Amino acid sequence: MTHPRDWIEVRKEGVWCKPGDFYIDPMQPVHAAVVTHGHADHARAGHDHVFATPETLAIMRSRYGEAHFTEAEHPMPYGQALEINGVRVSLHPAGHILGSAQARLEYEGSSIVFSGDYKRRADPTCVPFEPVPCDVFVTEATFALPVFRHPPLEAEIARLLTSLTQFPDRCHLVGAYALGKCQSIICALRAAGYQETIYLHGAMVRLCELYQTLGIDLGPVAVVTPDNAKTLAGTIVLCPPSALKDRWSRRLPEVLTVAASGWMRIRARAKQKGVELPLVISDHADWDELLQTLTDVGAPEIWVTHGRDDALVYQATQMGFTAQALHLLGYEDDSE
Amino acid sequence: MKAFSRLLERLYYEHSTLGKTRLLLDYLRTTPDPDRGYAVAIIADNLSLPNFKRGMVLELIRSRVDPQLLSLSHDYVGELSETVAHLWPGKTEGDLPALHEVVEALRHTPKAQLPDYVAGLLDRMTSPERWALLKIGTGSLRIGVSARQLKQVLAQYGDQPVERIETIWHGVDPPYEDLFAWLEGRAEAPAVHEKLTFTPVMLAHPLEAKDYGLIVPETYAAEWKYDGIRVQVVHSSVGRALFTRTGDDISGSFPDVLEHLNFHAVLDGELLVQRGEEMGSFNDLQQRLGRKSPSAKHMADYPAAIMAYDVLMLEGEDVRPQPYTARRALLQAALDNYQPGGIRLSPDLPYADFAQLETLRGSVDNASVIEGLMLKRRDSAYVAGRPTGPWYKWKINPKLVDAVLMYAQRGSGKRSSFYSDFTFGLWSGNQLLPIGKAYFGFTDAELKELDKWVRHNTLNTFGPVREVKKELVFEVAFDAVQRSTRHKSGYALRFPRISRIRWDKPAPEADHLPVLEALLATGEGK
Ligand SMILES: [Zn+2]
Ligand SMILES: [Zn+2]
Repeated sequence: MTHPRDWIEVRKEGVWCKPGDFYIDPMQPVHAAVVTHGHADHARAGHDHVFATPETLAIMRSRYGEAHFTEAEHPMPYGQALEINGVRVSLHPAGHILGSAQARLEYEGSSIVFSGDYKRRADPTCVPFEPVPCDVFVTEATFALPVFRHPPLEAEIARLLTSLTQFPDRCHLVGAYALGKCQSIICALRAAGYQETIYLHGAMVRLCELYQTLGIDLGPVAVVTPDNAKTLAGTIVLCPPSALKDRWSRRLPEVLTVAASGWMRIRARAKQKGVELPLVISDHADWDELLQTLTDVGAPEIWVTHGRDDALVYQATQMGFTAQALHLLGYEDDSE
Repeated sequence: MKAFSRLLERLYYEHSTLGKTRLLLDYLRTTPDPDRGYAVAIIADNLSLPNFKRGMVLELIRSRVDPQLLSLSHDYVGELSETVAHLWPGKTEGDLPALHEVVEALRHTPKAQLPDYVAGLLDRMTSPERWALLKIGTGSLRIGVSARQLKQVLAQYGDQPVERIETIWHGVDPPYEDLFAWLEGRAEAPAVHEKLTFTPVMLAHPLEAKDYGLIVPETYAAEWKYDGIRVQVVHSSVGRALFTRTGDDISGSFPDVLEHLNFHAVLDGELLVQRGEEMGSFNDLQQRLGRKSPSAKHMADYPAAIMAYDVLMLEGEDVRPQPYTARRALLQAALDNYQPGGIRLSPDLPYADFAQLETLRGSVDNASVIEGLMLKRRDSAYVAGRPTGPWYKWKINPKLVDAVLMYAQRGSGKRSSFYSDFTFGLWSGNQLLPIGKAYFGFTDAELKELDKWVRHNTLNTFGPVREVKKELVFEVAFDAVQRSTRHKSGYALRFPRISRIRWDKPAPEADHLPVLEALLATGEGK
């Protein structure tokens, strides 16, 4: 029996499976790539062969065009295994965004699971995380400090709706990541009974349409145009975080700056960005969820990738796991 | 307690004064007595909770969280209250007592039982609620609402002039139920004559070129304008008090000044540090301002004194309607009579014509404690507020700029482990050009905070020097600015020092290089 450390390597292109000759979420175009989910720091265009869930492939086509690959797409529904050069590969729900997956690799009797990005709490826009047994579990560590404990989504949405009644003359401009975060906020607003039209920055329209064709009901949404911008006092407008302080936002009336991110828990960080209503809403596991996941998965060995690896490696060791940091460059721990 | 936590949370992030006002008014309207009164007291920093110590909070968290994780977390977040708020274990959120119950318990629970009481609350709270509780306890809210603004909100709430609020403020105590009854028209104004109260002060307009013609010695008297703290010293049958010009009671910090006033009066004057004949710098005064109850040694090292320039009440009589010259004569006579140590009359500066005044103003040394001239109409009564005409202030050209921190370097000696040597710059278009370098001249606590900021915001390290994110603004003071070919900016500052850290100011709002050109021009034209 082998150990995954004998057949997994970190190369400059990304994590490489030696016997299978494919990469997981490579940062550069490669011959064969297993892609965990559609976020830009995990899914890049230009690979020859792409192995991913049908939803992730749809997201990649929508972002990079029909020809985002040079040879073939290989749709892999959750739970269906495939052999790639003798390595058994299967994808399992990660609960991060629509189509997001963990990649399980099995070779000569040992197995490793790459969780990609994940979270544990319920999200109507994606299938919940499933713990998958394995010998080595590779976890992200974006929010791996015990100060990061995300409050319930409903509570944060309620704060947004309260502000809207308290400041009905102000346009509530919510900065949120265009893929995943945007749609889960819309769904949560609908679940809280908010029926009004939700307005979108142009950069979010395509992905929202894609979500709707994939069966996620977002209710009435409309794009912000030069014509309607002036009339959006008292409404909710969603835009990418980078557009919050952009020239674009100046056309909106009396903007109240809202940001939805796990980082918003840190006061100085929110204040520095000029955010007036920080909402702690995240697509990533918080500290408690990370620890819960280590226990639920039950792998004896943990590898920690992008984020605060020091605290998580320390805590995992305290909990009796063998743990080490896997230093990967290029994944943005800030991308929320 | 929940409503107050929500209020603090919103005030903390709201940056417009208008928005803050609206949040406060909403809160006052929807919150019953006595909660809203305690909320006002907390925001005005008028509530003392002597048993609630930072050390107690540290001990509570240390017994609950792994030391390694605590230190990683504290280092990341930077501030103790917030770290503890986030880290506190347990997720059993529940109902909380009303704010007044919490405040009363924090006040009256014996010291030995206080940690258990606080822990019991923290167990039931969300992170923002925990932060609110810890901030109430340790008394440093930093939510950007000044006592002055709070009084304006109260004035707006009751549709009263703010001067009325200022007069009454020191005669009422938390939770201010009598004040709210009056503001809501349910009762008469609280009777405050039996108490020591603040009398709203008279303020000056800056002298502009168009007004120069008015200034003739027959009409206007001249005095120095001091760079201390404008204060009102009160001594009546009820007791003694010292107020700032906005009516904040700072008696506790200056028991020596209260001692000085040995007759019944309300005096208007400047608080300065004074050693014999020599007047201390504003920096000396800073040493006194921070201390709530200074030691005898501290008071001996930085003796506080009053440079009196006006009298409002004298031995029970309101002398404000009398003309300036008459009030000055009364004050002079009282000082001659009672010979108070530590109070002297701000001298009259005789002048023959406006040109002589200009010479006088030009003669002021930038580093001294004098910052210009005051010109007061000889026949003017003492009127609250800022009437146009009777009083003018004519400052020497201030040499201050808001610059952005660019590089930090480790200090030497006792401070060698801290970043304490800073290079800062001004905007030129959208790039920053360095204009100087200065040592940090503040307290150890601020130094630590700054050091942490540098470490968290480093872009590049060059040996002992760190390049930092261009996000922190310093108010830099200096004696003069000269042209320089050695600096890329084209200017060199004489004796630059960091006068304040502007944590609140966004870097894009710092000054642009042409501001130095303006200072250079007036300096050379003098
Ligand atoms: Zn992601
Ligand atoms: Zn990621």
